[in-house]
Amino acid sequence: MVRNDLLAQCRQLRQDVLEMIHAAGSGHPGGSLSAVEILTALYFDVMKVDPANPGDPDRDRFILSKGHAAPILYAVLARKGYFAPEMLPTLRSLGSPLQGHPHMHMLPGLDCSSGSLGQGLSVANGLAFAARKQNKSYRTYCLMGDGEVQEGQVWEAAMTAAHFGLDNVCAIVDNNGVQLDGTTAEIMGVEPLNDKFRAFGWHVIECDGHDIHAVLAALEEAQATKGKPSVIIAKTVKGKGVSFMENQCGWHGKAPNKEELAAALAEIV
Amino acid sequence: MKDVKYIPQRDGYGLGLLELCKTREDILVLDADVAASTRTNWIRDQYPDHFYNLGISEQDMVGTAAGLALGGMIPYVSTYGVFLSGRAFDQMRTTVCYNNLKVRFGGAHAGISVGPDGATHQALEDIALARVLPKMMVIAPCDSEETRKAVIAAADIDGPVYFRFGREAVPVVTDESTPFEIGKARLVCEGADCAVFACGAMVYEAMCAAEELAKEGISLRVFDLHTIKPIDQEAILTAAKECGCIVTAEEHQTAGGLYSAVAEVIVKGQPVPMENVSVRDTFGQSGPPEALMNAYDLNAKGIVAAVRKVLERKA
Repeated sequence: MVRNDLLAQCRQLRQDVLEMIHAAGSGHPGGSLSAVEILTALYFDVMKVDPANPGDPDRDRFILSKGHAAPILYAVLARKGYFAPEMLPTLRSLGSPLQGHPHMHMLPGLDCSSGSLGQGLSVANGLAFAARKQNKSYRTYCLMGDGEVQEGQVWEAAMTAAHFGLDNVCAIVDNNGVQLDGTTAEIMGVEPLNDKFRAFGWHVIECDGHDIHAVLAALEEAQATKGKPSVIIAKTVKGKGVSFMENQCGWHGKAPNKEELAAALAEIV
Repeated sequence: MKDVKYIPQRDGYGLGLLELCKTREDILVLDADVAASTRTNWIRDQYPDHFYNLGISEQDMVGTAAGLALGGMIPYVSTYGVFLSGRAFDQMRTTVCYNNLKVRFGGAHAGISVGPDGATHQALEDIALARVLPKMMVIAPCDSEETRKAVIAAADIDGPVYFRFGREAVPVVTDESTPFEIGKARLVCEGADCAVFACGAMVYEAMCAAEELAKEGISLRVFDLHTIKPIDQEAILTAAKECGCIVTAEEHQTAGGLYSAVAEVIVKGQPVPMENVSVRDTFGQSGPPEALMNAYDLNAKGIVAAVRKVLERKA
């Protein structure tokens, strides 16, 4: 079944991301656009969450370890009903709940603050331990960038999750191949990610991170995998959907001006 | 001081945790492969369901603790204070304190009295690192009994707490009935000529200094300033006003620790002459604990000298 609802949602979210970063005058479009399908699959299909009850102790958790992709998370939360989409253009302005990087105490629906890279997977593990201790069935999802896995703590956490068999953790790597200063291949090679995670004791699932149905299938496979943690290595394109942003490290952390916004929206909507 | 019992402060950490685990399901103890050192092996052996050893990975341990706290648990992360506050500083800052999570940091092997392991293992900057973090509470108990009380009292604090405690057997100067209230300096002895604010094992040294100086008719008002943040401003300002000068004593660098914390209070409210006993912008080294304390003037003699100096300035 083709999920036209989710495809439409993705177009709306890309538009939101571009408009809010334009309004803010700064922000990270590249890594937000590459994660659109991943977050859409999670929040609009897979995760058990209720915007009316954001503090539900039994809800599934999402840790945006690559905190700079905050715009796509904010757009998702707004469209999901956590807050009014009219608030999105306040991104990064003084006093706004939409901080440059997520701050959980300023916005309901955020499960953890983030922004310093490499820390989210440890947090996800901690939540998984807590769920296990309390006999709760919620799952914890953690989205990382592929540049982010250059942080050593990611691999400490990868060992922990495998050592303790945390099958209620699902890591997702937004494998867009580009980081702030250039491609990951140029700056600090991270491949082969699949073999690395396999060697660390993880169940590895690879998919096209822009094929919403492939992402849904991957998340289903992760959920069905018992006894070990799963990682989805989602092959993505940085800046996906806007031709002049795609695969350009220059669009890692730059806001589109008025003309660029118009050109970008013309490609998406 | 006669008939003083010597017990390592870390025993108090272990005992406090045992008490907590006995009655509470939400308490968890994490260690980074030094359980036998921090006494969390007592939890591992008696309450294995409350214990996780995360291996030699302090950053991951602190992050994991953050997740546990987000999930409603109260984790006590335990390792040497030097690695906890240094290696995992960013995790403490951004993932624990920024989120204001109920994570408790057990910083073991505090101070130079760690002894033969040498400078790499002696936490001399941890108070400074911990106390600059918004939301973080910082507690440096004076003996094993007070450490036990602090561990228990901190369980329900709404936010992160950092404790530091030493490795070696040090004099036990409090007992079960001695009052302990987080945020409240404990008056150890009355005096009028100079106020001494000490933490950790230096509290005993301050008591000895008071005894020594009493022979000359100099009376010290000694405080056990176990809670360095939030600091007891009232006790400090009153003592400054009534005694007219202050000496601080700590097993920590001069910069950023107890001395700085007390100075920050008096400069805005009641400026009086201050001297300090501390580690003077240098690293430690190997040696027997007592010999090291003496080599760095972290003893009653050092406090007496500091008092004489500050009294001259007061006059």
